[in-house]
Amino acid sequence: MTISRPSPLSELLQGVAPWDEETARQILATHGGLEGPLLPILHALQEAFGHVPRAAVPLIAEHLNLSRAEVLGVVSFYQDFREAPPGRHVLKLCRAEACQSMGAVALAADVLGRLELDWGGTTADGALTVEAAFCLGLCACAPAALLDGEPLARLTPPLLAQVTDALAAEAVA
Amino acid sequence: MTRLYLPCDAAAVALGADQVMRVLEREAAARGLTLDVIRTGTRGAVWLEPLLEVETPEGRIGYGPVTTADVVGLLDTGMLTGGDHPKRIGRPEDHPWFARQTRLTFARCGIVDPASVEDYRAHGGYAGLDRALAAEGPVIIDEVKLSGLRGRGGAGFPTGIKWNTVALAQADRKYIVCNADEGDSGTFADRMLMEGDPLSLIEGMTIAAVAVGATKGFIYTRSEYPHAIRALNRAIAAAQRAGYLGADIQGSGHAFDIEVRMGAGAYICGEETSLLDSLEGKRGMVRAKPPLPAIQGLFGKPTVVNNVLSLASVPWIMANGAAAYAALGMGRSLGTLPVQLAGNVARGGLIELPFGVSLREIVEDWGQGTRTGRPFRAVQVGGPLGAYFPDAMLDTPLDYEAFAKAGGLLGHGGVTVFDDSVDLAAQARFAFEFCAHESCGKCTPCRIGAVRGVEVMDRITAGVDLDRNFAVLDDLCELMTDASLCAMGGLTPVPVRSALTHFPEDFDRARHLPAAAE
Repeated sequence: MTISRPSPLSELLQGVAPWDEETARQILATHGGLEGPLLPILHALQEAFGHVPRAAVPLIAEHLNLSRAEVLGVVSFYQDFREAPPGRHVLKLCRAEACQSMGAVALAADVLGRLELDWGGTTADGALTVEAAFCLGLCACAPAALLDGEPLARLTPPLLAQVTDALAAEAVA
Repeated sequence: MTRLYLPCDAAAVALGADQVMRVLEREAAARGLTLDVIRTGTRGAVWLEPLLEVETPEGRIGYGPVTTADVVGLLDTGMLTGGDHPKRIGRPEDHPWFARQTRLTFARCGIVDPASVEDYRAHGGYAGLDRALAAEGPVIIDEVKLSGLRGRGGAGFPTGIKWNTVALAQADRKYIVCNADEGDSGTFADRMLMEGDPLSLIEGMTIAAVAVGATKGFIYTRSEYPHAIRALNRAIAAAQRAGYLGADIQGSGHAFDIEVRMGAGAYICGEETSLLDSLEGKRGMVRAKPPLPAIQGLFGKPTVVNNVLSLASVPWIMANGAAAYAALGMGRSLGTLPVQLAGNVARGGLIELPFGVSLREIVEDWGQGTRTGRPFRAVQVGGPLGAYFPDAMLDTPLDYEAFAKAGGLLGHGGVTVFDDSVDLAAQARFAFEFCAHESCGKCTPCRIGAVRGVEVMDRITAGVDLDRNFAVLDDLCELMTDASLCAMGGLTPVPVRSALTHFPEDFDRARHLPAAAE
């Protein structure tokens, strides 16, 4: 099986812009009409900046008439929201039971060991962040992962090494 | 022009469907062929994906699993006219893996274009809503009650009774919330349906809205499901264009619209009250009940919260009648259950069957043994909060009550197979670790108990003070079961206790280790 490169769309989604208050205010304005807008706002900010910048918190608080503590409380509750930008690519590797039954524990140990990372860590060249996921709904073709939102299945340590090596080579090139 | 069907379901894509598509396009161009490739969802036989189908006078002929290396050979041997090939499976609906199923909720999944209202209608879609719009709310609710439909999210609460409570509540605004936060490992039915037949969910939500007088719906799904989110948004837009969502549905005067909302990596948001808090823009904390969401749900308004499969079963019930649905199943578990066969299994995928089929038939007849080829050792049924069962318990029928009696739960219908390399003490430890990771933190038994559970399991596997630590484990399980606020803490002891009961040898290894190993 060959591993596909991430689609152009997902690469765009991973594009990380530097903090810009104007962009953040536009994001807040476009979500004005939603019921319960906080999660959609946080997702949109993370899509734009790769993380939820701390500087956005007072803006959100003011916009939604919440305290900063309430906003921070929500940001910190959810696994998805990052406090710092990730690497250029994000690998979400499944750690849940169905993947465990097909060797996910050894797979994770192999990739984290090889890249010298802990869960959530980013390689020194900034190429890749490895995050833990608990189920991707790909349980009948385990072990599975999402690379920049694109699904990978029936992974083995050599197959995943092929993927991460390609990303590292791209960083050098 | 030849018409082909190739799934764009996330599992099929993960197994190479998009690469097959690219090679197919390249080869077709080189041969001067014009192909019309419809990207469908999956029929559910993940072991056959990518399953490429070609339209012929005899019906659709399937080839699978197709790799990029197969494409040239397939075209050479006349696949476009249904020609013979080692990967040819014939008409999928005649293949025993599909032919022995009872496809109601998943009747269209893998067959239709998921974004086409026209295709949906051509395959019987919206017949249920047509009937609902011609009826009164109470008639719809009675039909759902008589069908015996119970919540497919895991709790098994009668859907019609929930709807009735919302219908009777007086409020200026009511909501339909679809719980699509399918976080249980081993389950993927919601994802598959949202990607392959999203309009059936949309139709089910619309029928619910007409029945209870709701005007707004939310589908709360997972950030881990980007393909499902795209498929839902496309289908919602198509339904809006066709007048099936909006201010005046099919000229009936009913207004209803749907928005998709994405979670943010919190398993607990699959619990209905924390899902509502999350939708409101808060931390996903579990609420104490009462008040029930049916009385005070989203933004304090009466809210129907149903699982994807519960809602997507309603169109079939409305179109074919409650009696036809209730004629299937056993005891108080009526209709069909979409079983998801996952993990270490040769033929994994989604199998829709009437309740009552034994676990053994699923694992052995459909699954055909483990994928690794090693001996079978355990199944976990119902996700991370479900029990581990050994071979001796495989004759348990798929029935809510039978599973409860056996110390387990059917949950969302996920069946995860493990071979003999599994260490059930490690799985028990993981159950606590997962609970510690995902607990919302509101109640002490879950927040603290899960952490203590990991510690006590570590002492047990290290062989420290075994008798006392087994007593602590038992006490902890009892406390979490009795005193947790929701199922997260309350059911974490289920995998732990079942592992200990049925696989005690894995917990007792330390006792038998040679002294030198300590």
